[in-house]
Amino acid sequence: MNHDLKHDFPIFFHWDSKGKPLIYLDSAATTQKPRQVIQAIDDYYSKYNANVHRGTYELSQVATDLYEESRTEVARFINAHESESIVFTRNATESLNLIAYAWGLNNLHEGDEVILSEMEHHSNLVPWHIVARHTGAVLKFIKMGGDFQLDLSSLRKNLTAKTKIVSVVHVSNVLGTINPVKEIARLAHEAGAMVIIDGAQSVPHMPVDVQDIGCDFFAFSGHKMCGPTGIGVLYGRLEILDRMEPFLGGGEMINEVFPTTSNYAKPPYKFEAGTPNISGAIGLKAAIEYLENIGLQNVMAHEIELGNYAAERLGAIEGIHIFRPKKAGTGVISFTVDNVHPHDISTILDSEGIAIRAGHHCAQPLMRTLQVQSTARASFYVYNDKQDVEALAKALEKGVAIFKPRKKADVFK
Amino acid sequence: MSLNDLFTEIILDHYQHPHNHGVIAKPTMSSRGFNESCGDDIQVSVVVRDGVIAEAKFSGAGCSISQSSASIMTDLVIGKSVDDAKSLAAKFYEMVKGNDDNYGEELGDAIAFQGVSKFPVRVKCATLGWHTLEEAFKSGEKK
Repeated sequence: MNHDLKHDFPIFFHWDSKGKPLIYLDSAATTQKPRQVIQAIDDYYSKYNANVHRGTYELSQVATDLYEESRTEVARFINAHESESIVFTRNATESLNLIAYAWGLNNLHEGDEVILSEMEHHSNLVPWHIVARHTGAVLKFIKMGGDFQLDLSSLRKNLTAKTKIVSVVHVSNVLGTINPVKEIARLAHEAGAMVIIDGAQSVPHMPVDVQDIGCDFFAFSGHKMCGPTGIGVLYGRLEILDRMEPFLGGGEMINEVFPTTSNYAKPPYKFEAGTPNISGAIGLKAAIEYLENIGLQNVMAHEIELGNYAAERLGAIEGIHIFRPKKAGTGVISFTVDNVHPHDISTILDSEGIAIRAGHHCAQPLMRTLQVQSTARASFYVYNDKQDVEALAKALEKGVAIFKPRKKADVFK
Repeated sequence: MSLNDLFTEIILDHYQHPHNHGVIAKPTMSSRGFNESCGDDIQVSVVVRDGVIAEAKFSGAGCSISQSSASIMTDLVIGKSVDDAKSLAAKFYEMVKGNDDNYGEELGDAIAFQGVSKFPVRVKCATLGWHTLEEAFKSGEKK
């Protein structure tokens, strides 16, 4: 980054962490918000607030236009063929649930197979557990091989005529591994399966082109990319969305309603029951503009640089174990430190004003594959710099010293 | 808020050298507790004879606060009645939440956790063992 982007983010000038500046290293959980996004939301509520798609007055038309411009902007951002294939949801979790409930429950049958991977976030696991329980579908998994990469031979082995869905995370929220989703989509389509990509950790950090990937569905969240919470996106191929049953019923998603029956609006409205998150969509558009102004290639390069620097700097700490591919493409670094539990690491860092995540990262099956109960995770974004990495390393060294193994004390027997 | 208030010598000693660690082969009551936010997982088993805790052990994995708290808890409750253990738990909760500064001597080494009240995100860790013990009592009462 060629200028100090921290100045765009008010929180760094408001949050007083016991007199220390905030060093925010938990952007994989949620990113901070630039004033441009906060301003866009403020503008909407101050100047244009009205309900969308139902008003017969000018103010409502302006609000509707702003909401629909956001949809067009999202479509362009991920290179969707048409804006009708962009459904606004609450977040990536809801997007994935939408497919599981609306497509999975209605189209999967006993013995059908769904292939996931060992790296999935709970949001791409639990919905399929529910679908499998109701339909009798069977879940299979792409294994993780060396250097924290998916082993595509286990995908090839599992792909059969029974495979109906392959649903895989684009970038692991724990490892930062970028999965070969284009290749996965090609293999899955050859076998006649539908392809779903969880892009919650990719869209914020790198250029993404859904047509190039060739997936049928793609899910992501606004709040992990400088946007507000409560707005997410489901991209779906229009012909599939067209044939699909709705997810939630209510206003805006209908054509005609009779006492005992109804017929539905066309996509994307069929999947947007009730008043949507209008300000969220507008905030997301501002976030896209903000990131594109920096350039997604630059965002990615900056994160790789910080991630690599962190791997090198933290790698020198005694007793550290780093879970990150050698050829990493993101700014996520998970680690454990001998004798210091991740939750204790987090508390020690917090006392220095450093925010990281500690725990299972909503990926318990992956934790078991890695043979750890939990990890600590630092994740970098546009507003971080090498000094943040340096502060992280110094605080970690302090933690190692506090928890240095000692002999059993006589006084506390 | 100093780290020394949290990671006291007693806590670090019990974390690195836990007391009563393990599983009782034939407990009269046992339970398993989870701390969803950080993945702590604790099992507490006890042998209660005539309303008195004759044996208490804990196992599992977790952070320094949850593990040392469970260790100190087992030391404290062995030899006490179930009712006394429950009232100790209640006193302990009040102390770590910062609601009561007048915790008596009966909390023993567990007063090492008074600093937890300054670290609200760690309260759940400190109370995990105690809550799991209370769950074990409940499961025993149902039998």
